[in-house]
Amino acid sequence: MRGELMLKETDVAENQSQKSSIIDRIWSGLASIKLAVIVFALISLTSIVGTLLEQNGDPEKNLKVIAKFVGTSAAPKVFAMLDGLGFTDMYHAWWFVALLYLFAANLIVCSLERLPNIWKLVRQPIQALPADRVSAMPVRREVLLKSDRDSAASAVQAALRSGGFQPAQAETDGMVQFYAEKGRYSRLGVYMTHLSIIIILVGAIVGMKYGFNAHLNLLEGTTSAVAYFGEGKEIPLGFELRCDDFSVDFYDTSDTPKSYKSWLTVLENGTPVAIDGKTTTEIEVNRPLRHKGVTFYQSSYGYAPNRDSLFKFVLTGRNGQKESVSLKFGDAFTIPGTTVQGVVADFSPAIAVDQSNRLFTYAESMNNPAVFVEFSEQGKPKYKQWILKRYPETWAFPDGTVEFQDLWGSQYTGLQVRKDPGVGIVYAGCLLMSIGLYIAFFTSHARVWVLLREERGTTRVMIAGSSSKNRVAFEGNIERLTQAMSAKEAV
Amino acid sequence: MDSSLFFGLSSIAYILAMICYIAYLAFRTPMVGLIATVITVFGFVSHTLAFFIRWKEFADFGGMGIMRAIPLTNLYESLIFFAWCIILGYLFIEWKYKNRSFGAFITPIAGMIMAFIDISGISKDIHPLVPALQSNWLLAHVTMSFLAYAAFAISFSTAIMYLALSTDESRRTSWPYLFWTISLGMFAAVLIAMGLDFLSFKIIGKGPESFIKNYLFKASFRSESVVVIALSYAALAAFVFVVWRFGSTLKRAIGAFSLDADVLDELTYKCIAVGFPVFTLGGLIFGAIWADQAWGRYWSWDPKETWSLITWFVYAFFLHARHMRGWRGDKTAAVAVVGFVSTIFTYLGVNLLLSGLHSYGGM
Repeated sequence: MRGELMLKETDVAENQSQKSSIIDRIWSGLASIKLAVIVFALISLTSIVGTLLEQNGDPEKNLKVIAKFVGTSAAPKVFAMLDGLGFTDMYHAWWFVALLYLFAANLIVCSLERLPNIWKLVRQPIQALPADRVSAMPVRREVLLKSDRDSAASAVQAALRSGGFQPAQAETDGMVQFYAEKGRYSRLGVYMTHLSIIIILVGAIVGMKYGFNAHLNLLEGTTSAVAYFGEGKEIPLGFELRCDDFSVDFYDTSDTPKSYKSWLTVLENGTPVAIDGKTTTEIEVNRPLRHKGVTFYQSSYGYAPNRDSLFKFVLTGRNGQKESVSLKFGDAFTIPGTTVQGVVADFSPAIAVDQSNRLFTYAESMNNPAVFVEFSEQGKPKYKQWILKRYPETWAFPDGTVEFQDLWGSQYTGLQVRKDPGVGIVYAGCLLMSIGLYIAFFTSHARVWVLLREERGTTRVMIAGSSSKNRVAFEGNIERLTQAMSAKEAV
Repeated sequence: MDSSLFFGLSSIAYILAMICYIAYLAFRTPMVGLIATVITVFGFVSHTLAFFIRWKEFADFGGMGIMRAIPLTNLYESLIFFAWCIILGYLFIEWKYKNRSFGAFITPIAGMIMAFIDISGISKDIHPLVPALQSNWLLAHVTMSFLAYAAFAISFSTAIMYLALSTDESRRTSWPYLFWTISLGMFAAVLIAMGLDFLSFKIIGKGPESFIKNYLFKASFRSESVVVIALSYAALAAFVFVVWRFGSTLKRAIGAFSLDADVLDELTYKCIAVGFPVFTLGGLIFGAIWADQAWGRYWSWDPKETWSLITWFVYAFFLHARHMRGWRGDKTAAVAVVGFVSTIFTYLGVNLLLSGLHSYGGM
């Protein structure tokens, strides 16, 4: 493929440089491989700068990074220059986007330039060739069979068939010729890959034009009809979303989150909408909620204590009677089957014990929530204790168990909200790219011609061919074909 | 049964295999060559076993299901898998090309990685998976990325060998000669500098929390002391000079391995022709699908993504230069070297030097 194509490409380029209309010049400029190399290099080099600087990041941090390269005194100037050129948000800078467009244009034009020749190769079935051209093929083998032409011909056909070829037959220069090819479409693999890149870029543009990327922090029990992007700009969702509950699981006794989940309800005109048959959907990282083209991803969480938060307990009396209660700070509950009352007197989202056995709160998130409950019976204080959500051994009391389940309404779920109508196009592009790459790298277009000439009772067989790639493997295949033909009948 | 026992066995096996491969090259005794292969295979089996034991340990520990528990979530595990891929690739080449000469080059790389893990004290603890990593895509994305990295690593070594073989020592100022001696010199010097970091790290004996990120090149190029920095750069220059001056010795060594320049050129291409589609599919496409599911963005110009794209560009350039422009030999070999430098940066540099969404892959 390389040799034949290269010649034609240079021809095309020369033809075009002779014409001088502006469109032709632009076209041939876009078709040049030099441009491709320059664009590749520019995208790569500017991207390197983009990975060194934190994008949309803290200027102080970037100043420090720059100071490492140019020294502290020059850093502010260099930073101002880079900032002015858009390097602190470079992947959205006009010149970077322009580079991407140039890359796409170059890819399209280069592919279109080369496609007609390739298309011809793909469309034109293999033809019988004159003997002199067959014997000029890059890969050739000759073998002498002791049988006459007809039985040699059937041996050749059988060998070709077992090699995966469908041979056609012709008479040229008084010789029988068999010719066959396979993997013709292998030549299109490269173009499928190129096309897939364009499709992915189109998908990205569609996503940028008609989609949005926003975030939403939703406190347990609250509802929102909008999401936010940038610095607090609102985007209407087209429906309402309510966070029913949020919870985090940790690994054993550590602070490493094992999973965090939100339970969400979609509301339209105030009524819950069933999604996959359920009105409440449980989401977690890697398992988002989709509704009307908008996707909600679990991305973070946080703690925002407030007066309306509810302490949720499951109470079990000594007689086994169970009761669930939820109450506000300072409210009282009664252990079932007794007259023992409990009042929440203190709360810590993350309780720990220091070296001198004092309790303290070690984090501003609900890593280890605990409530301090004071119990009394008929007005007389009985006992008081810290009850920890993650430690069941703190739930037991002489009069029953008090399981602390949650402080509901004090955690918010951090959702990434996205609408991207282009993502399907991107996925289609990815699929096409996978197929294109497979065809381009792991298949090849192989063509073989076999000439048979009778020589005094024996038959001289010449096998020749060419392959679009992997010549070494192709030579091996031709060798195997030759052996298959001569297995029984070689002289 | 502990996975580290088998990892230890395999690192010893690789180092023994290296000695046997070198002995084989020196004496050309078929028996020695066979022993070298047997030892490598033994090391590989033990390595594989250890990998699956660790997988099991991880699954039992995290309780997240066997498919999600592939032990490829931190630097320790990824280096071990990287070494495994390299040996796998090597054994394939040995079998396919019936040539044991590469063994003397490849087994020490794998042995060095394994030994490096051992002496450096990279945390071997099993860490629980943060929620973002709990996905079925972890398996496909990470294993395929590493297979591609390993293919690129092999293409790097064959490209350097090609350049060493094809350049003429009488023309020390020709660009291919300068290019390969300087690249190899710097590559080795950086490895030595990292070795120094780990030695100093061991002596100071800090806990694993303050590891690598803060210690990388602190004993040399990023030292507190200006004198040490100056000395480091002087040592680097001296080292590169030595490789440059005595590059011909290396050439003779490779020449003695009865390696043919054309075979090396072909191998470089083959490795990239396998690595590139695997990298595109596993690294870029699967990565994008996973990112889309986890973060709601298939592409966010995160440093790791950006560096993968740069690496992808370099290898795309390699393929186009070879197919469309018919580049061969020195020029493509140089591109392959640049490609691997970019690969190494994608794999290690981003985690060690930059910050981003993939940063949990660092420790």
